[in-house]
Amino acid sequence: MKNYETVFILNPALSEEQVEKSVDKYEKYLKSNGAKIISKEIWGLKKLAYTIENKNSGFYNLIEYTAPAELVSSIELDFTRDETVMRYLTVTLDKHAIAWAEKRRNRSTKKAS
Amino acid sequence: MAGIEEQSKIKNEGEIRYLSPLDISTSKAKKYCMFRRSGIKYVDYKDPDFLGRFINEQGKILPRRLTGTSLKYQRKVAVAVKRARHLGLLPYVGDLLK
Repeated sequence: MKNYETVFILNPALSEEQVEKSVDKYEKYLKSNGAKIISKEIWGLKKLAYTIENKNSGFYNLIEYTAPAELVSSIELDFTRDETVMRYLTVTLDKHAIAWAEKRRNRSTKKAS
Repeated sequence: MAGIEEQSKIKNEGEIRYLSPLDISTSKAKKYCMFRRSGIKYVDYKDPDFLGRFINEQGKILPRRLTGTSLKYQRKVAVAVKRARHLGLLPYVGDLLK
């Protein structure tokens, strides 16, 4: 069960609840297949550095989870099939990355509190 | 070593102005690896402003001889920049006014 971190960009043309729906869809998919979600971040609408599918902005979200290896390839297959997802990137986290994600989460909660 | 302005001022007090050579320091500041010194162990690809320090205006990755980072962390920076580019956080070809 390695740690993974997935960032995916959703089409900006989507309405609010469509975005909600697709994020929940992936989250439920992960949970149902034995993954444990550590944290979920929604960066919201951000400007892209270059046009992707001739769009200039995208809806970024991040999910950090631990999962068995074969689950990652299956969820990436879902990402490729889903047209609302413009881009996705899954990264395995080594111990330094986990420590960094931990620190980043505390920093953001400290800032929020 | 007084600055160039002070030196020229001292010399031009009198009426006669001497064209004496000013001692401008040409010693380069010693470069160091900022990761080793600050103890950062992981280069986060999700943070484009931090990565902005390692790319030039055209969006290219700066070589080690300019940034002075050690080989181990230069590789991590390169991987992080490429991931940030994939996610649209950093441009592949930056415009000059970045």
